[in-house]
Amino acid sequence: MEGIANVIVFYLLAAAIVVSSVLAVTSRKIFRAATYLLLVLIGTAGLYLMLNYHFLAVVQLSVYAGGILILFIFAILLTSSRGDRAEPHDRRRVLSGAVTALAGLLITTWVTLKHRFLYGANPTVLGDHETDMKAVGQALMGTGKYEYLLSFEALSILLLTCAIGGILIARKR
Amino acid sequence: MWSFERFTGWIDTSLHSCMGDGWALLTEYVLIGVAVLVAYALIALFLIYAERKICGFFQCRLGPNRVGKWGIFQSVADMVKILLKELVHIDRSDKVLFRMASFFVIIGSVCTFGALPFARGLQAIDFNVGVFYLLAVSSLGVVGILLAGWSSNSKYSMIGAMRSGAQLISYEISAGLSLMVIVVFSGTMQLSQIVAQQADGWFIFKGHLPACIAFLTYLIAGHAETNRGPFDMPEAESELTAGYHTEYSGIQFGFFYLAEYLNMFIVAAIATTMFLGGWQPLHVPGWDGFNHAMDCIPSFLWFFGKTCVCMFLAMWVRWSFPRLRIDQLLSLEWKILMPVCLLNLILMSVVVIL
Repeated sequence: MEGIANVIVFYLLAAAIVVSSVLAVTSRKIFRAATYLLLVLIGTAGLYLMLNYHFLAVVQLSVYAGGILILFIFAILLTSSRGDRAEPHDRRRVLSGAVTALAGLLITTWVTLKHRFLYGANPTVLGDHETDMKAVGQALMGTGKYEYLLSFEALSILLLTCAIGGILIARKR
Repeated sequence: MWSFERFTGWIDTSLHSCMGDGWALLTEYVLIGVAVLVAYALIALFLIYAERKICGFFQCRLGPNRVGKWGIFQSVADMVKILLKELVHIDRSDKVLFRMASFFVIIGSVCTFGALPFARGLQAIDFNVGVFYLLAVSSLGVVGILLAGWSSNSKYSMIGAMRSGAQLISYEISAGLSLMVIVVFSGTMQLSQIVAQQADGWFIFKGHLPACIAFLTYLIAGHAETNRGPFDMPEAESELTAGYHTEYSGIQFGFFYLAEYLNMFIVAAIATTMFLGGWQPLHVPGWDGFNHAMDCIPSFLWFFGKTCVCMFLAMWVRWSFPRLRIDQLLSLEWKILMPVCLLNLILMSVVVIL
């Protein structure tokens, strides 16, 4: 029963993600496209939640729904006017887009089926165990093997550079 | 001390005895969902009544007093009225986004509400990343507000939504940083553990100076996040009619209204959980008789009592202070509140290390 419920929830989420991602690319109104993109991202957060990886689900929600999408929306509000509609794409672009999407789908499916997942054969190793927030934090800030302090700091310098660059461009002269 | 686990455990065993495991689980999910929604609606009704009464007293009026004794059924009558109202069709609005916006706002609010620990053993879901979850889910409301402003095809809504977006994003930083102070102090993000750690003294007493500062900054930032006066620029009625929900009518407006009141409750409840001990009774180390007497008061009364105190503070502030200008509001956040919060976080880290 629990297995069936999981499957049902998974297919509901998957259907929502697929439908909204198709709508996000086909919608002519840019604001609607942004909203459908948000639905895709929320659906992905739902998938992480199903996998019991709460931390990633919450990061997905707060970074995308709370950060990036709001930035998108602000950018749209500031740059486009009401009633703006994207031109319909010409046939060549639609065709090349479809081919790329299909190729991406095939490659991902092939890799997913081919890859030997660490816990796939032996689900009891992790099972329903939830990754502790503390472990994530310590791995992020540690200097040992499989710990990520250097990349963390590099990313923060990158973000700082972006912030300073943004201020430099936007400041009043 | 009486725990709700006994009650929920009794429901669990009796469900398991009369149906299969899977169906029992399903029934429990449905029951929890219904309970959360009912609690949500009832608290909203209570809050609307309380706000109108308290606002009346602050302005030397009587407040609602016609429906029932002291007007206690006023908000029930209002609810029935709002359910029966027509949904006005807005010409040249983006209908899909217009409908969706109110749902975003209310879903963000309900999701946050559902994860709160209301009493001993009465918490629907206890995430390992509890505090982070609360912050993340409540940010869905911002999207809803921006959508509402854009899709209603009205200048008032648009300006209100822009102001609201700027305000909410800015004040989220301070609110998050103030909560981080307590996370640093307690070493966990799980709400149940945070509450459990406060059994021998609430964090506002145990956490020295930084916890007190964080409590104040959280109250200010949280108050601003609920879009209520003196931070109600997004719906400043004298200049923007009603801000981002100007064009909404009937139950769609009701959703915004409900979410606004429940966000006030949620902010008060988070402040209670993080700083005032959640459902833990007031314990003073060494006073055993006093502690024992305090234990006799049920835990949900403690929780709701403390939350009501915080909400009363919010109402008091709302009806006492004049509205800020939008530039004053943003400079308050970026130039005063956020630096204070950052320094406070460093101070708390120093306290923890020492």
